[in-house]
Amino acid sequence: MTSSSLSLPVSRAGTLRRHRLAERYAPIVTIVLALIAIWYIGAVLMNLALVRDGFEREETPYTVSDLIEGTMSAERPLLPAPHQVITAFVDSVFGYAPTAPRSLIYHSTVTLSATLLGFVLGALLGIALALMIVHSRVLEKSLLPWIICSQMVPILALAPIFVVALGAMGLQGLLPKSIISAYLSFFPITIGMVKGFTAPDPMQLDLMRTWSATPRQVLSKLRWPSAVPYLFASLKVAVTISLIGAIVAELPTGAEAGIGARLLAGSYYGQTIQIWSALLAAAILASGLIALVDLTERGVARQMGTRS
Amino acid sequence: MGFILAAAGMFAAMVLPLSSEVAAALPARPVLLAFTLAAGLLLAIAAGIRGYRSVVPGFAGVLCGATTTLALLRDPGVAGSAAVGFWAMVLAVWLGAALCVVQLASMRPRHKASRRVLSLAIPLLFGAVVFYLWEVMVRGFGVSPVILPAPSAAAARFAVSLPTLGQDFVQTFIRGVLIGYAIGCGAGLLVAIVAQRFAFLGRGLLPLGNFFSALPLVGVAPIMVMWFGFDWPSKAAVVALVTFFPMLVNTLAGLSAAGHMERDLMRSYGADHRQTLKKLYLPAALPFIFNALKINATLALIGAIVAEFFGTPTQGIGFRISTEAGRMAIDMVWAEIALAAIAGMAFYGLVALAERATTFWHPSYRT
Repeated sequence: MTSSSLSLPVSRAGTLRRHRLAERYAPIVTIVLALIAIWYIGAVLMNLALVRDGFEREETPYTVSDLIEGTMSAERPLLPAPHQVITAFVDSVFGYAPTAPRSLIYHSTVTLSATLLGFVLGALLGIALALMIVHSRVLEKSLLPWIICSQMVPILALAPIFVVALGAMGLQGLLPKSIISAYLSFFPITIGMVKGFTAPDPMQLDLMRTWSATPRQVLSKLRWPSAVPYLFASLKVAVTISLIGAIVAELPTGAEAGIGARLLAGSYYGQTIQIWSALLAAAILASGLIALVDLTERGVARQMGTRS
Repeated sequence: MGFILAAAGMFAAMVLPLSSEVAAALPARPVLLAFTLAAGLLLAIAAGIRGYRSVVPGFAGVLCGATTTLALLRDPGVAGSAAVGFWAMVLAVWLGAALCVVQLASMRPRHKASRRVLSLAIPLLFGAVVFYLWEVMVRGFGVSPVILPAPSAAAARFAVSLPTLGQDFVQTFIRGVLIGYAIGCGAGLLVAIVAQRFAFLGRGLLPLGNFFSALPLVGVAPIMVMWFGFDWPSKAAVVALVTFFPMLVNTLAGLSAAGHMERDLMRSYGADHRQTLKKLYLPAALPFIFNALKINATLALIGAIVAEFFGTPTQGIGFRISTEAGRMAIDMVWAEIALAAIAGMAFYGLVALAERATTFWHPSYRT
């Protein structure tokens, strides 16, 4: 028995809610602010030598405030300050037409299309594998260990080969990337769905048997509904993984467009700000995709009559 | 029934043409003919026996058939231009092996040891069949080695270039992955313990950690290469960053897994925080920690290899793969992939063993 549960305030719901909001978000905001502060300090410290060298090479006199200002606005800093990243990001999102090769929107859509195709392929493959495994003991025993092993193969190492092999078959562009992202993302879905399809307890399965339900009916009336929460949990994991897959697949395949290509170009030419703004775009893409899955989950849950 | 079909396939192979090119048929090769005959007879015997015992002659027949097809492929007249007879034999082998797997999977041995052997044998047999089909398909159809080399070619390359592979292994795995993994997981664990002590920190770190662990963090690889140079420290840094957040989130979840009853018990014993941590929170968090360790095992390898695409000294698995793929030496690429896969599986296996040894009390192991 904890003491706080005894002295819970009964009325004053308004203040309580405000307290709850504060309680929930105050720690997050504090830590985010602390991280930004650390980032600024880090930017000053890491770029200091660079800026000082610049001043000394030009043999101009400088003060401490000049130095600090220099670290905040260096063209190729070791660590760009947050506002530099934001400015570059906003500039490359809104500054150019969405189809221009310098626009981040253009690169994001390239990566996003590969991600979505890979995600859909991976989800279908993952669910199909889970269905097969649940319905066949042979496959469960023989295939499941290999599915786990398959994740130990560094698939992105296969990316260059995929491009070569699929290119020889006349396939180019989106598909090699999507296959890699599908390969990475099917795994959590398979594992989650096997768990979900086997989630109904023996009592419920017995009940279905007493109604002499066919396997298909058991699947549609019992196994599917019980697997839905597992499906969405694993879809959330899978969607970020397929984004990682799409980005990573752009690295060794020498892609000209996409967030991965942007990262690679940035690292070749030492454009740190470009790298950071590409990372920011990737982060926004990832959170957007998760939010989308989350929204779908809520909609489906409401359709199925779940009370949240 | 299936075994009868398989046996029929074997016998059919003796009369059907082996190759579309000019090549001697089976009756002209006495040793292989004997092997084929043996395979067919063994499969026929397997068809005659009911139940589990049919696995023994069936498996022997499959072995004979597989040996014959592999021996046939050494003939340049067959490789690349295999015809109906050859494929009939391959199909028979496949069918026979599949039936063996099905029989084995339906077995329910009483002893624990034999059950364990069985649960190893089935996936191994399954994998062997997949590799056999890959080998036979690639060589039988004459697929260009640039697109897909036969596993035997990759294995041969593996055996020949052991010193190079060893160097790459040390560079990528020992230096990059292991050091980064230790740093990332260790830091995640420590931060989680601190965050659990101070509730304010924990409430802020949990959602942020969830957010960060969903981000494509491998993207920081070019930045790390810029900061820490081309050699292994940059790889270790990427691995550490990638593994940090899953560890943090999982450990935080695990540390709050201890029940109220147990916590109250510790309080009534007058245990201080350190004692409670050691005796209650950490043991209760172990399943979660191992979950993170397993997730991180895959992430770490990916992180290290990605970081190598952005610049390396002239060794390392990722470096070798991208250069050899550029030179179209795909067999070497596959050898490197096999190396990474073996290392990854061994790593994962070690983590799983450690988990079994330390969390034996968890419900998922008490079957």
